[in-house]
Amino acid sequence: MAKEKFINQGSFIQNLPKIYGIYTGGFLAFILMMAVAESAGMTAKTIGIMFVGFTVCIYALIGYLSRTVQVDAYYVAGRQVPTVFNGMATAADWMSGASFVAMAGGIYFGGYTYMAFLVGWTGGYVLVSSLLAPYLRKFGCYTVPDFIGTRYGGNFARFAAVCVLSLASFTYVTAQINATGTIASRALGIPFELGVWIGLCSILLCSMLGGMRAVTWTQVAQYIVLIIAYLVPIFWMSNKNGFGIFPHLMLADEVARLGELEAQFGLVKNAAADIKAAGVPGGLKSISLPHAGVLSGGMHAWKFISLAICMMVGTASLPHILMRYFTTPSVKAARKSVAWSLFFIALLYTSAPMLATLSKLQLMDPTLATGIIGKPIAEVMQIEWVNAWTNVKQAFIADFNGDGILQLNEWFMRGDVVVLSTPEVAGLPYVISGLVAAGGMAAAMSTADGLVLAIANALSHDIYFKIIDPKADVRKRLLVARSLLVVIGACGAYIASMRITSILGAVAWAFDFAMSGLFFPLVLGVWWKRATREGAIAGMLAGLGSGTAYLIYVGPKFMAQTPWLGIDHLRFGIIGAVVCLIVMVVVSLNTDEPDRATKKLVDECRVPSGKTILGKQH
Amino acid sequence: MSNKEKHWEKTKSLMTITLVIWFIFSIFIFMFGEGMNTASFLGYPLAYYMSAQGSIVVFVVLIFWFANKQEKIDEEFGFTEKEDD
Repeated sequence: MAKEKFINQGSFIQNLPKIYGIYTGGFLAFILMMAVAESAGMTAKTIGIMFVGFTVCIYALIGYLSRTVQVDAYYVAGRQVPTVFNGMATAADWMSGASFVAMAGGIYFGGYTYMAFLVGWTGGYVLVSSLLAPYLRKFGCYTVPDFIGTRYGGNFARFAAVCVLSLASFTYVTAQINATGTIASRALGIPFELGVWIGLCSILLCSMLGGMRAVTWTQVAQYIVLIIAYLVPIFWMSNKNGFGIFPHLMLADEVARLGELEAQFGLVKNAAADIKAAGVPGGLKSISLPHAGVLSGGMHAWKFISLAICMMVGTASLPHILMRYFTTPSVKAARKSVAWSLFFIALLYTSAPMLATLSKLQLMDPTLATGIIGKPIAEVMQIEWVNAWTNVKQAFIADFNGDGILQLNEWFMRGDVVVLSTPEVAGLPYVISGLVAAGGMAAAMSTADGLVLAIANALSHDIYFKIIDPKADVRKRLLVARSLLVVIGACGAYIASMRITSILGAVAWAFDFAMSGLFFPLVLGVWWKRATREGAIAGMLAGLGSGTAYLIYVGPKFMAQTPWLGIDHLRFGIIGAVVCLIVMVVVSLNTDEPDRATKKLVDECRVPSGKTILGKQH
Repeated sequence: MSNKEKHWEKTKSLMTITLVIWFIFSIFIFMFGEGMNTASFLGYPLAYYMSAQGSIVVFVVLIFWFANKQEKIDEEFGFTEKEDD
């Protein structure tokens, strides 16, 4: 119990900058050590194992040191996480395997059209801070359904919220466990299925003993690793090739150069039949969209905007993000903490387009040593990294016109590979590849941790404690919470090991599910006193139901019907949220006004000062 | 109007202003992506720049500004939190 005490003490909180300062220094020293080891002849494989193994062990250690037997420490980290650190933890919680591994890849292939994700995944925080976070913090809930259940009253509203939360978070978590599996299997050289289970074990090590408190402190550590791992290769490549000392402000010429090269090689969209005939493995793409150019026409503008809207509104409804703001010491701190979160997120997100620009240029520019487009295919096939990635079917060459020269539309790659392969493509030392693998692992693990915890907490607190057994003692509650954590993680890993979705499709769906069922019940719960229990329940069910029905209608793997107004399977939340709003307002106005106690409750949560509405331990 | 009501009025108008700025930089400007791209900033095509960095930076600044502004409103009506609430 000595450690338990150590971490509970105020001195731990005060010493945080020092502790994480030493940690960062230690990590940088480790990178240098590996660089030295590499030049001394350590193999690439060993370096990969060292990077992933070392960082995962550190997270597990933090998880162990943060173990707790107290309910409020387990659910909300004792509400003492300082703003800046909560910002870092949220950033890690937020930036998933998709952000780290797939985002630059998405921009690489989709260019401007894909960058709606960037706008959407950052703009949502404005909604979080102005509409929700401070009010939910004042409420003093442990989970998001806790707010719904208390504001609207009744077990059914609480139960409906748990359903939406579980569906959205679970869709998301399988993608994360999938990503940990991919990275672990590559770095450790083991089969994917085994990688998934190893990923799961490391995720559980971080969260099981200490709940939210353990997850918070590991997420801060994971943020530090992932941001270093993301920025180092970008700055390195940019400086090595003389593109600019500070790439974010200095890549204008390179972006323009990409435009020239696009014109030179031509942007050709391959016919589906050709792709099939050439035997291109599924999920691999070629570049067919302009990097910085905007496609003309209102429909393209609408597609950009509608995607951004879904991601923004989805952000503001995702429970694993909202619950991070329950851990701050005050309402004021919750607001500031949202700002810091976005600051830390922006460091990575503003870098993603630069990474995409750099890696794309290195492949496309025939005047660079690394360029492969426009060169003889026989020659390209000799390159070591091309060989390595084509062997595992993550990259592919199809000589459509049979001229023996690699054209832009003849080079296929999986989106996720862009980030992971960039260090090799650019000829950076293997230490950087190891670092990137560790960063990707940190990103996927931290998000998975937050998600698994969000689901397990909702089930253990809202279903078990609030509905099934309100008399359960602390020991029993925490036992249930921990068991659920294991069960949910195992379900996620099992589904991930069956490999049914690509990383990104599923991630966008989680946002759509969350916005369909939760956004308006949460926002109107704070901002509209007239919102009633019946309205909220009807809204949640109708929103989630119609959104899901629409997804099945347009989903390419389901009925694959023509989308209505360009609202495809990535954007089905628009349908769900609109239905949810209408149903909720109509039903609310046609049912009895909420009673005085409820109105008083809402008034209370709008005032920052005073005690939280729900007690410290509930 | 009671103190609480006045506080809420001010809070609401701050929220509205915040969301208007948010709307402009997250949705409105991207209606004109094609036209925007003929202009440039730091040498980048403008629409590309806004989606890659511009809007994101605006959001960060906006949330910090909002948090400070709301703190002032809370202070004005005496709703600032005590340290050990």
